[in-house]
Amino acid sequence: MTAAVLAGQGGAAYVFPEADCSRIPYGVYRDAEVYALEQQRLFRGPVWNYLALEAEIPNPGDFRVVAVGDTPVIVDRAKDGSVHAMVNRCAHRGSIVQRALHGNCKVHTCCYHQWSFDLTGRLVGVPFQKGLNGAGGLPPEFDKACHGLEALRVASLNGMIFGTFSDETEPLEDFLGPLFTQQVERLFAKPIRILGYQRQRIFGNWKLYTDNLRDPNHGGLLHMFQITFGIARLNGKGGARMDAQGKHNLSWAAQGGRTADEAEPPKDASYGDTGRGDMKIKLRDPSMLRYFKEFPDDLTLAISSLFPGAALQQIGNTLAVRQIRTCSADEFEIVSTYFGYQDDDEAMMRHRLRKANLAGPAGLVSMEDGEAVELVHRAIIGDADRHSVVEFGGRGPIKDQENLISDVPMRGFWMHYCRLMGVTPGMAA
Amino acid sequence: MSVAADLWMRVHDLFETYGRLLDEDQLEAWVELFAEDCRYEIVSRENRDQQLPLSLMLCDNKDMLRDRIYSLREANIFNIHSDCHVIGLVRATLAPHAPITATAAYSLFQSTQEGVSRLFSVGRYFMELAVEGADLHITRQIVVVDTGAIPTLLATPI
Repeated sequence: MTAAVLAGQGGAAYVFPEADCSRIPYGVYRDAEVYALEQQRLFRGPVWNYLALEAEIPNPGDFRVVAVGDTPVIVDRAKDGSVHAMVNRCAHRGSIVQRALHGNCKVHTCCYHQWSFDLTGRLVGVPFQKGLNGAGGLPPEFDKACHGLEALRVASLNGMIFGTFSDETEPLEDFLGPLFTQQVERLFAKPIRILGYQRQRIFGNWKLYTDNLRDPNHGGLLHMFQITFGIARLNGKGGARMDAQGKHNLSWAAQGGRTADEAEPPKDASYGDTGRGDMKIKLRDPSMLRYFKEFPDDLTLAISSLFPGAALQQIGNTLAVRQIRTCSADEFEIVSTYFGYQDDDEAMMRHRLRKANLAGPAGLVSMEDGEAVELVHRAIIGDADRHSVVEFGGRGPIKDQENLISDVPMRGFWMHYCRLMGVTPGMAA
Repeated sequence: MSVAADLWMRVHDLFETYGRLLDEDQLEAWVELFAEDCRYEIVSRENRDQQLPLSLMLCDNKDMLRDRIYSLREANIFNIHSDCHVIGLVRATLAPHAPITATAAYSLFQSTQEGVSRLFSVGRYFMELAVEGADLHITRQIVVVDTGAIPTLLATPI
């Protein structure tokens, strides 16, 4: 079922006026009702949400609390070694069950009334179920089997755990498609070692961040560290590739950085009079910029954005998985899990940790994203029916891009967004 | 004043200078509080408690620290703000033939151009210092942030 408009709060109706999603109505970034529908139709819809890495829960009883959209979810490993995911909300009165962020346990016990659930989410313990001396307690017909934690279906690919709420979701590898299955296999080709977490809270709509991930065009314009110090440039080798539906995007680059000893390249005329592109500045210690080739291909940058809210990150030798956890229409958190490989020697480990300076909330290459999202979110508040313009790389069908001066993958995301949200772009125009 | 009392005063003075230089946007002068052979690291309590080595910011020599500030000046785009560090009481340990260690809790408030303030970060400094001639320099500064969920972004040092 599909409609011409997307309904919002207070009778608002948002129109995608162009059939190719080259215009995005501002209102869909600010509307609480649209946000609530996204939780149902996207995060709990026919998608595989990235949950956690198997390396984070290596032993039976290990668990981690994560989120799908704004729903708290426990991911754990049962006694038989199988991985399970369940909503972290007691089937009794709706309390958070597992209060620790991570740990090891035999059962998840709710502190409120001590209901306990096994590692597969089955309700196994209810204190005073039969009351005391025949008084109180639950009615005799109460069936524990009907009151387990709400389970997600899980699937794991090379140790990357995904979960879905929908019975209709296609198999994981079909959802990812060949390219993104390969991207997962590429990063997780051998046993990993977790290096740590980074969290960032951004006061803007989560889709401004997924847009940002699908907009290679901003990389060489907003993130000036790369340009200033000659790491990557818009006119270098790179591009964007998508799955058949255009919902996932791989932004890639294959470029060597400039070392401190190299001659200064000439000013890059394509940056015009913006003052960018001088490339005269050098780092005093450029050692962290080095890339030690570790994949069979030549990619030095590979960011796979997986619909709806995850990303795989290779920035040189800095490897991570990002999970977008929504808080409201106006706030989200990015949780990044950084990793290396178990066979890294000490020098490689140190290099990865130093190179992590490039990414994350304090990333020399990435810190601007937090600012850009908030700048847009603040400015679009008053004009819900005006539009973002998405035309870099051309209009019309969603196609792979062999250059970085494109935001076509953004349109790919929005086309799929509209499909799942039940709105047909261009229909109301 | 005894030697120890004099050094104790200088350690306290250094903490005051540290916060003030950051708040006054004298970042280049702040870098000069560090020894050439130094380490500056911002790490979340979450990672530290799990003994995970990843930082939010890591400069393991002074050139990296200089580069960080240089990049902030020349390349990075971040939320326009002013900082206000409120540093708590300093506990310094002065033992002969051992590095001077000092720790203090901090609160860091950020204010926008329009004068809207928010608590940006709380945590604790773990500092090691060395006397180099007439100067006292930071050889190691580990900032453990309790506010591991960084609001917006982390550009200017803590």
